Parts: sequence; structure tokens; C-alpha cells
Amino acid sequence: MALTNETIQAQLEAKFADQVTNFSTDSGMLSFESPAAFNLKVMQYLFDELGFTFLTDLCGVHYPDNKDAEIVVVYHLHNFIENIRIRFSVAVPVTKPDVFTATKIFESANWMERETYDFFGVNFVGHPNLKRILNVEEMDYFPMRKEFPLEDQTRVDKDDEMFGRG
Amino acid sequence: MEAQHNITLPEGSIEKKTTTLNFGPTHPATHGVFQNIMEIDGERVVSSVQSVGFIHRAFEKLAERRNLYQITPITDRLNYCSSPINNMGWHLTCEKFLNVQTPKRVDYLRIIIMELARISDHLICNSIVGVDTGAYTGFLYVMQYRELIYEIYEEVCGSRLTTNIGRIGGFERNFTNTAFTKLEKFLNEYPGVLKEFESLFTRNRIFMERTQGTGGISAARAMNYGFTGPNLRATGVDYDVRVANPYSSYQDFDFTVPVGTTGDNYDRFLVRNAEMWQSISIIKQAYQKVQEFKGAEAEIFHADVPEYYLPKKEDVYNNMEALIWHFKIIMGEVEMPKGQIYNPVEGANGELGFYLVSDGGRTPFRLHFRRPCFIYYQAYPELITGGMLSDAVVTMSSLNLIAGELDA
Repeated sequence: MALTNETIQAQLEAKFADQVTNFSTDSGMLSFESPAAFNLKVMQYLFDELGFTFLTDLCGVHYPDNKDAEIVVVYHLHNFIENIRIRFSVAVPVTKPDVFTATKIFESANWMERETYDFFGVNFVGHPNLKRILNVEEMDYFPMRKEFPLEDQTRVDKDDEMFGRG
Repeated sequence: MEAQHNITLPEGSIEKKTTTLNFGPTHPATHGVFQNIMEIDGERVVSSVQSVGFIHRAFEKLAERRNLYQITPITDRLNYCSSPINNMGWHLTCEKFLNVQTPKRVDYLRIIIMELARISDHLICNSIVGVDTGAYTGFLYVMQYRELIYEIYEEVCGSRLTTNIGRIGGFERNFTNTAFTKLEKFLNEYPGVLKEFESLFTRNRIFMERTQGTGGISAARAMNYGFTGPNLRATGVDYDVRVANPYSSYQDFDFTVPVGTTGDNYDRFLVRNAEMWQSISIIKQAYQKVQEFKGAEAEIFHADVPEYYLPKKEDVYNNMEALIWHFKIIMGEVEMPKGQIYNPVEGANGELGFYLVSDGGRTPFRLHFRRPCFIYYQAYPELITGGMLSDAVVTMSSLNLIAGELDA
């Protein structure tokens, strides 16, 4: 049976009932959410039953205004045979950002999770080597979180001569 | 005899059977800023730990403060051996997100540029594999044709390495006649050069002995490790974004996807060479299609997107509407729609993806680059363990690792 966004959604809802929510289609790609505790179950089901055997991308997003769901981990999966992609995400509170690691299913998740930890502080439970990867290990903050804004482009307290704009 | 009793060795140094070798980060054979701390037993690699991030420049954070058009120069600096593909990938992402339809001529011109970039990237990678196996000649010889490709970029956009080529909606200016002349020169001369390059390596006994059976990986492991691009195709998986999810009218072209079988250094080399032949054929087809446009159609080089495409300078001075758009674009006062998009393109070393999240503001809320070599470099210890140290060097160059892309 050829997979379409509708059949995937129907099968997921039949399997996980109300644990998979917020189905939507952005630019043709099906996306949905699940609780953080279910991420591995959903991923394993997608891997075994629906043929999503390729982890295209894993990254974090920080929504500071979503109370108790500030940090979102986004997975992009790809089924090579049916050539269909889906996106699913889990949200965790910034005070306790624990997500189960996908490294048991995908080797490729290893560094992508380390990167997400490095920049967003997501604690991937069970990860074999959860260390910073791109930043220095001494760093004690997570720079991609929204509380670290970039420099205000309109600031006027800089000495222009020092920056070659005098 | 007496003195020998006074030598104190560090604890465990006698029992230790292996040597720790610090390879990189600035070793000439790594072709980029890569560090590997290897345990070697004689010349055999026992284990290896990579460290990356030496040239991390926080592009994803920078992008959160930039308008769409200001992000293009950032993408240049990912895979700097084929910047135009990154630029086009970013424009295509924006266009898909904003629902911009580009004219066919723009698509074909883009394909010419993208395939030239693919050739120049594969050319560097394959000739460097040659250098690492001891054949410098090929590298020096093909370099003049990369130079010719860079001259074509120069005619189109004014720069060579970090190109910032094209705009959202099309190109900043039409291709000049010189650009087409240089393209014709390239199409005439390059196939002969590639042929010679191949006869220098493909059946060369020394080269085959060095590359066959080293750095191999099975298709299943490669997929699990997130391999894409020529490295995945060398294992036998015919996954190519240009075919799977055609963009920029790739569906109008006739080309094949070369695959290997063993996924070793030799197959990766062969796949890249075969892809260069395909790219030449695509460029020829695209150039023919471009020539078929006549009259006013032959002058089209951008789509009509006033919100994102800068108006002509004469119009800015003489026309109120154009002046307003010019100001709004430059000052970044154009609001994007809400939503998110993941858009992949076939980069020279794998699937280059852009994951854009917008909250309806003027800059991306979050932008994530799926950088192919960051993902597949994880497999490096598995590829080299048990092999010779000198093969580890060849494996590293045949994976086509680009530090700028890896560290973002």
C-alpha cells in the first residue's frame, strides 16, 4: 500500500490514539507532535512498520513563551522506498529538558543530539557520550536559547572609530 | 649501567601496547581543520576519536538576526568548494516558503550554475584523493578547469569563492555573452580533460591497490549513519535529491544516478567521476534549453517578487513604488508568513537541507542547516579501524569533508 500523509496519520492514530496530536501539513510534509516519553516508541514504530529508516535531521528549537514546553526537539524522517518525508517533534520544559536518545535506532543521531545538547541543553537520556561538540567544553550556558540575543544593531554606545566607521 | 636504574617512566607506559597519535587539527593531510586522536598499533589504527568545531561561527544564531537576503552570504561559507549550490538551495527554500514561481529560464540557468559547482567540488575531492595516494599531477592539471568554472561565476555574479550568487526569485543580472562563451569553452574542453584524468587514475594499479577495499561501508550501515550524496551512492543506494524531490526543474532533464557497490574509497572516486559526466550532460541540455528562448523570453532572469527582489536602480530613482520596495527590502521591513519548511537540495557531498521556522517576523525564528558531512563524519572511526594509518588519510579525503560545512 502506498503511503500518503493521510494513511500515515490514520495508522499513527490507530496505534497511539491521543498520544500523537497536532497533525498538520506544511509545504506537503506531514508533521505532528507527541509527548517526550513516547518519542522512541513512535520512532521505532515508524522505523519498523512504516519504513522510515533514515533520520534526515534532528534539531532543537526554543520557544521561550510556551510555558513548560519551551524546548522542542524536531525529527525529520525519510522513507526512501516510498520517498516520503515526515516531521515530528516533542516538547519538554526548559527546567527539565529530558528526552530519550535516538542513538539506539539511528547511529546518525549521536552527533546531532550532541549538537542539540550543545546549543539548547537538551539532556538526551541514555546517550553514550553526551558532551559538547562544536563549542568548548568549558562553556556553561546554551547559546541558541532565546535569552541570549545577538547584539542590538541600533546600539549607539560603541566608539565608531574603533570599528572603522569614524 | 647504573644510570638506567634511575630512569622513571610514566605508570603504565611499558604495559601499553599502542601508541597515541594526535593527527591534526592543522596537519596538511587533513585538508581542513580536523583533529583525530588515534590509538595505533604499529601502522594499524586501533581506535580513533574525532573532535570538531574548530571553525564554528554560530551561523544558525547569526541567521536569527538577518533578513532572508542577508543569509545568502552565510550559506556561501558552509561548503565553500561549491558555494553556488548552497546559495541556490537557500533561494529555493525561501521561494518554496513564500510560494514564488520562478520562470523556466531561471531554473535552467540555475541548473547550469549548480552543476558547474558540482563539477568543481567533485574535481577537487577526486584530485585530492589522487594527491593523498601520491599522484600530484592530476590535481595540478584539473585545477585550470576549476579556474575556468570560477571565471564563469565571476562573469555571472562578480566573485569566485564565496559567490553570493543569485537572489530570491532569480539572478541579480542576466548572463552576459562572455559567460556563455566561457561556458561553451568549458563544455568543449572539459570532457577531454576529464577523460585524461580518468585514464590517469581509474585503471592505475597503484591507485587501485591503495583505494580498493579501504574505508568501505555497507549500504545498511551507511543509511543508519545518515550518509547521503556520492558517499551513500557508492554503497549502492540510488538516492539523489534531484530525482527523489526534483527542484529547479530537474525533472526536465535526462540523466542517470551512478551507484557503486562496496562503498569503499575506490567506489566513491568512481561515483564522483561518473557524476561529473552526468553533470556535463545536464549542463549541455540546460544550455540548449536556454538557447531555445527567443525574443523577450530570452531576457528573463528573475521572477516578479517585488517584496524580495530588488528593483532596478533606474526605477528606484524615478518610480515611487520601486523606491518604497527598495527601502523596505534593504531595511528588512518585509514580514514573512508564519510556518515552517524543510527543503533539501543535492549538495556536492550530500543532502543539504534548510529547516526554516518563521513566527511571522522579519527574520527566521530558527534556521537549521542539515549539513551532510557533519552527519556522515561520525562514521569515520568505523571506516578506518583495523586499516593502515595511510589509508585513514585517503579515507578522510575521499569522504569529501569540508570543515566550513561541518562546523557551521
